[in-house]
Amino acid sequence: MRNVWTIYRKELRSYFASWVAYALIAFFAVIFGYFFYVATAIFVNSSFQSQMMGRGMPMDMNEWIIRPLMMNVSVIGLFIIPMITMRLFAEEKRSGTIELLMTSPVRDLEIILGKWFAAVTFYACILAFSALNLAFLFLYGQPDWKPILVAYLGLLLQGGCLLAVGTFISSLTRNQIIAVGGTFAVCLLLWVFEWVGSYETSTWARVVSYLSVLTHFEPFAKGVLDTKHVVFYLSAIFLGLFLTARSMEALRWRA
Amino acid sequence: MIKVEGLTKRYARTVAVDDISFEVQKGQIVGFLGPNGAGKTTTMRVLTCFLPPTAGTAKIAGFDVLQQPLEVKRRIGYLPEAPPLYPEMEVIEYLLFVGKLKGIPKADLKYRVDEVCERCAINDHRTRLISKLSRGYRQRVGLAQAIIHNPAVLILDEPTAGLDPKQIIETRELIKSLAGDHTIILSTHILSEVEQTCQYVIIIDRGKLVATDSVENLTRRLRGSESVAVEIEARDGVLDPASAQRCLEQVPGVSRVLQKETRDGRHVFEVESLPGRSVRGDLARAVVAAGWNLNELRPVALSLEEIFLQLTASEKAAPAGASK
Repeated sequence: MRNVWTIYRKELRSYFASWVAYALIAFFAVIFGYFFYVATAIFVNSSFQSQMMGRGMPMDMNEWIIRPLMMNVSVIGLFIIPMITMRLFAEEKRSGTIELLMTSPVRDLEIILGKWFAAVTFYACILAFSALNLAFLFLYGQPDWKPILVAYLGLLLQGGCLLAVGTFISSLTRNQIIAVGGTFAVCLLLWVFEWVGSYETSTWARVVSYLSVLTHFEPFAKGVLDTKHVVFYLSAIFLGLFLTARSMEALRWRA
Repeated sequence: MIKVEGLTKRYARTVAVDDISFEVQKGQIVGFLGPNGAGKTTTMRVLTCFLPPTAGTAKIAGFDVLQQPLEVKRRIGYLPEAPPLYPEMEVIEYLLFVGKLKGIPKADLKYRVDEVCERCAINDHRTRLISKLSRGYRQRVGLAQAIIHNPAVLILDEPTAGLDPKQIIETRELIKSLAGDHTIILSTHILSEVEQTCQYVIIIDRGKLVATDSVENLTRRLRGSESVAVEIEARDGVLDPASAQRCLEQVPGVSRVLQKETRDGRHVFEVESLPGRSVRGDLARAVVAAGWNLNELRPVALSLEEIFLQLTASEKAAPAGASK
């Protein structure tokens, strides 16, 4: 466990030692800020209109702002995640530091877990910047906070699962460009799989759309915590990390 | 301390290491010698549990690299050819990280880092970023990294490659100072390095073990007959080299005399003796009796360079001869 912590600390430090981390955070903050502005503006406009039309029912912030925002964030995540995971193993393989890790009294799994936890933590740091915007909603209104927490949990689970996939792809290559491209392609596939379900209802379409990470995120955005989706994400994380472990073993046998 | 038996490592198409066996005792410095691509790095990677062997066993302090890799890794320090450094870290930060990774208890960590900084002379550069260090300092940090947990076995892959002459000397001194506490294997393709640093030498060529012996034994074994360089000077007047040569040839046990060079009345001869005969005493008496000055009398050792060429040449010649 101490080894996981050691690797975790080192990885997290390397993230913040590079400008890429701050660029990613800035990129996310700007995009999220834009979506937040748009969603809030629409909400304010339509609630004015509905009041002028004489409808008494106040509009729900959670439904009008937070739900579409969270769906947006989960898509933005698809673009950010490849850049978080690209260097995890590819960089170590390129610079030869992988030899240090693999000849130290540390298990492969401890290396993988340390790296993955660091990636998840960094992703959480990026997400945390969206909370700044949401704080304004609490300042000027009374959104329900529980669905927001569920949505964040969903983002973390979805992120964790894609990060595990990215970690695996990074362990396959020593070239960060290939790692980022490959992970992005997989993320994209896992996103567009969802569309299949919207115009087809055959069994294979249902299977394909089930594989999409977005299908499973929707309930979280609505604030619904359903164990079957949690289980999906957890098993995807397990699969990703398991494949990484196999790939590290293969590295020994092939290298 | 290190025991390798029948070690073979095969890659997809090539055999990198072919049936190598050797043993290294505790506290020795062993030179692992071979031309580029001979299989040195592969062997070291097997010893450090980075690569599994295709066949054969390798044991470090009694632990098998395949069966108990964690135990082996605890006992080795490894400096790969390119020091495994993280450029974005400070030296001290890096050493603390490696120390923790190698399982040094928290209480000893600071002390161990101080000690290796002292030992590898990187105290002035503790808070520098590794990316800003020169090649020589990177190598030192790499070495510090390898010895931080005080490993029983130290495996150094070309520790002096790419350094300037002063740094090479410093690194060699450092390695020599580590002997005793540590068993050291260092690989190199520079022969003089082995002569200067190592007690034992393992020579491999194209994956095959060519020779393994102590440096002196190897020299002696290959020399077979002793050869001696003799420098003679006339006490007064001129010395006739031909008569000097004749005089030396008459000494019992001498098989051949070669005139090497002549400078300002001084003549150097190389005298070869019959196997098993020591002729140095007789040579000295003969020269003095003839009334000349004996300026120098020294045994000519075959350099490792020559040994190496002889060994690898005979290896090549053997299969050719067998096929005839």
